[in-house]
Amino acid sequence: MNRFVLPLAVFVLMVGLLGYGLRLDPKKVPSPLIDKPAPEFSLAMLDDPTRQLSTADMSGQVWVLNVWASWCVSCRAEHEVISLLANKNLVTVVGLNYKDEPADATRWLQQFGNPYATSVIDRDGRVGIDWGVYGVPETFVIGADGMIKYKHIGPVTHESLEQKIMPVLKELLS
Amino acid sequence: MIPEIGQFALLIALSIAVIQALVPLAGASLGVQRWIALARPAALAQLLFVGLSYACLTWAFISHDFSVLYVAKNSNSALPLIYRISGVWGSHEGSLLLWALVLALWTGAVAVFTPNVPSAMRARVLAVLGLVSCGFLLFIIITSNPFERLFPAAAEGSDLNPLLQDIGLAIHPPMLYLGYVGFSVAFAFSIAALISGQVDSAWARWSRPWTNIAWLFLTLGIALGSWWAYYELGWGGWWFWDPVENASFMPWLVGIALMHSLAITEKRGTFKAWTALLAIFAFALSLLGTFLVRSGVLTSVHAFASDPGRGIFILGFLVLVVGGSLTLYAWRAPLLKSAAQTSLLSRDGALLLNNVFLTVATSAILLGTLYPIAIDAMGGKISVGPPYFNLMFVTLTAPLGVLMGIGMLIRWKSDSLGRLGSKLKIPALIVLVLALLLSLALPQWIWGAYLGIAMALWIAVTAGIAIYERFHNRALLSTLRSTPAGFYGMLLGHLGIGVFIIGVTLTSLYNQEKDLRMAPGDTYSVAGYEFTFHGVRDFNVDNYVATRGGFTVRSESGDFKVDLFPEKRTYPVQTMPMTEAAIDAGLARDLFIALGEPLDKEGAWAVRIYYKPFIRWIWLGAIIMAIGGLFGASDRRYRRLARSTSVDTEAAERAA
Repeated sequence: MNRFVLPLAVFVLMVGLLGYGLRLDPKKVPSPLIDKPAPEFSLAMLDDPTRQLSTADMSGQVWVLNVWASWCVSCRAEHEVISLLANKNLVTVVGLNYKDEPADATRWLQQFGNPYATSVIDRDGRVGIDWGVYGVPETFVIGADGMIKYKHIGPVTHESLEQKIMPVLKELLS
Repeated sequence: MIPEIGQFALLIALSIAVIQALVPLAGASLGVQRWIALARPAALAQLLFVGLSYACLTWAFISHDFSVLYVAKNSNSALPLIYRISGVWGSHEGSLLLWALVLALWTGAVAVFTPNVPSAMRARVLAVLGLVSCGFLLFIIITSNPFERLFPAAAEGSDLNPLLQDIGLAIHPPMLYLGYVGFSVAFAFSIAALISGQVDSAWARWSRPWTNIAWLFLTLGIALGSWWAYYELGWGGWWFWDPVENASFMPWLVGIALMHSLAITEKRGTFKAWTALLAIFAFALSLLGTFLVRSGVLTSVHAFASDPGRGIFILGFLVLVVGGSLTLYAWRAPLLKSAAQTSLLSRDGALLLNNVFLTVATSAILLGTLYPIAIDAMGGKISVGPPYFNLMFVTLTAPLGVLMGIGMLIRWKSDSLGRLGSKLKIPALIVLVLALLLSLALPQWIWGAYLGIAMALWIAVTAGIAIYERFHNRALLSTLRSTPAGFYGMLLGHLGIGVFIIGVTLTSLYNQEKDLRMAPGDTYSVAGYEFTFHGVRDFNVDNYVATRGGFTVRSESGDFKVDLFPEKRTYPVQTMPMTEAAIDAGLARDLFIALGEPLDKEGAWAVRIYYKPFIRWIWLGAIIMAIGGLFGASDRRYRRLARSTSVDTEAAERAA
C-alpha cells in the first residue's frame, strides 16, 4: 500500500465509526444513580402545602417520579403519555414540580389535567440536584426496595413508554 | 400555489444539476466543445431555479403562510419582519435550502468570474460542483422538504426558537455557509485538476482567490457565532469547544493550511499532491460538519433538529463525495512530480512546517470531537472537555506564532541560518524585553501572559521588518504601486492573529467572575468597579415579556459611570426564558452583567458579574484576518497573469 492510499484508509475507518455513532442515542446518559437508593426528600404537596410527602412514604412499592414544570414546553408534549401511564393504575406516579411557581403549576394542572397521585414542590431545585436532574422533563422508576431502576431524560413518548419504561415496570411488578 | 412553485423549481434545479454534472465532464474528456460549453449556462440556470425556490420559501414566511408545515413550526404572526426573513434558515429544512442556494451562488460565481481559466477546466470544475449540488438537492427533496403542506393549516405558528431571534445569530449561518460551501470551489478545482492531471502553478493560482474568500467568510461566520454566544448565552464565554463549533473550526484551520500550501505550489511548483489533498480535506471537513450538526450523532447546544434517517443520507453522501475523491487521489496523485527540490531552511520549508502544525492541530480536534463516539461504541460514555482541547491546541499552535514571524522574512527556495540569525537577533531581544515590561504592568505576573504578549509582539515586529525591507531605499510611490495586494493580505492576516492572541491570553488569564445574591440597593465591587443594583421591572415588547434589571456601575476613582440593563426574556409562545446580558464594551475591557433567577420575596436576584479584559480583541483580530483575506483575494495578478502563464505551463509540461 502506498502513502497516497492512506487518507482513504483513515477515512474508511472514520466512516465506520460515524455509521456506528448514528445507531446510538446521544441523549441516553446512564445515570450514576441507577441501582442506587433513591435520594431522600420530604417536600410539601402542591395540592395541600400543609402536608408533606417523603421518600419513606413510598417505600415498599414501585413508583414513578416525573420531574415537570409549568414553564417546560416538553412537559406539555409528554403530558398525554404520562396521563396514559397513570391511567393504567399500575404504579403511583408522583410529580416533582421543579423550580416553579405553585400558582402557575396548579393552573397548569387544571388546564391540562392532573395525572399525578400527588406533586411535591421543589421550588429551589435542591431535590432536583440530589436526583441529578439536568433538564426537565425527566422520569425515574423506583423499585419496591427504594432503588432507582431506570431514568429517562427528555419527554416520554408513546414509543419510549412502551419499549423502555413498561418493560422495566412489568419486571419490577411481577 | 407559491410553495408548490418553490418545490417544482427545486425539482427543475435538480434535473439541471444532473446535466451540469454529467455532460460537461464527458465533454471535457472526449473533447466535445458543445458539451463543454453547456457548463456555464447550466450553472446559471441552476442558480436561477434554486434562487426561485428559496424566494418562494421566504415569501411563505413573510406572508405568514401557516399552511406550510415548516413555516408553522418556525414563525409566528407577531414575529418581526427581519426574523421572518432569517427564520427561513432557522431550522433544518430551510438551512439546507440555504446551503443549496449558497452552493448555487458559488457555482454561478465560478461560471462568471473565471474568464482566464481554459474552458475544459472550467467545465470540469462546474461539473464537480454540479455533482455536489445533486447530492444536496436530492437530500432536501427526499428527506427534508421545506414546502410540505400542513392540512388543515395552523391558525398560528409556534414561533422561531427565541435563541435565534437575534441579529448576530440571524447573519451567522449565511456567513458560515458562504465559508463552508465556498471550500467546495477549491475542492472542485482540485478534483478537476486530478482528473485532467493538470496539477500545476496555474491551477494553484486559480484556486487561491476562491480559497481566500471562502476562508474570510468562514472567519467572519465563526467570529459572529462566538460573539453571539458571548452576549446571548449569558455565560460570558466566547468559545466552548462544542462539537459543532469544532466542526466549523476544523475546515477553518485546514483552510489556513490550504492557503499557505497553495502559495508554495503556485510559487515553486512543489507539494502538488499535498495541496490537492488539503483542498479535499477542507471540503470533507465542511461536509463532516454538516453531518455532525444534522444527524444528531453528537450532543451539542446546536442539535435542535436532528434525525438519524437524515444522518444516514448525509453519511452516504459523505462516503460518495469524500471516498470518491480520496480514491481519485490515491490513483492520480502518485503521477504528480514536484518541479523543484526543497530545502527545509526556506520559506517553502517554513510553510510546510506551518502545514504540519495546522494539520496535527486539526487532527487533535477531530480526535477529541469523535472520541466520545468511539468510546460509546465500546460501551462507555464520556465527553471530551475544554481542558483537553485547550491543552492540545495551545501546545500545537504556539510554535506557529514563532514560525509566523520567521516565515514573513525567510527567503524562498533556500536561506542561511547566519543571515536569518543576524536579522532576527535584535528584534527577538526587543520583543522579549518589551513583553517583560508590558507584563509587569499587568495586575499580576503570569508566565502565560508574558508568553502571549511576546508572541503577539513578535508577529507585529516581524511584520514591521517585512514592511521595512520592502520599502527602504526605494521610491515610496512606485513601491506602493508595485507591491501586490497579497503582501498586505499576508501582513493583515498575521497581525489579526497577533491581536487575537492578545485577546485570548488576557481574557482567559485576567477575567474576573462573581456570582452574587443582590437585593435592590446592594453594591458590590469587582475589579475596581462598583456595581449597584436598583431592582427589576417588567416590560412588554413585541413577542416577548422582559424583566429588566437596573444597575449603575462606577469606577472606584469616580471618573466613570454607566447604567446597564440586563434582561430576562420570556417568549410566551415557546415559554422559553432567555438571558439578555448587559455589556459595557471597551477596547481594554468589557463589563458584563447577567440576571440569574429571582431568589426571594425581597426582590433579591442571582446576579452574575464579569470583568473581561481585552475580550474585544478576539473579534477584532478575526475582522483584521478577514480583511487580510480580502486583500489576498483581490491581488490583481490573479486576473492579469492567469491567461498567459496557464498557456506557458501547459507548453512547459508538454516540453517536459
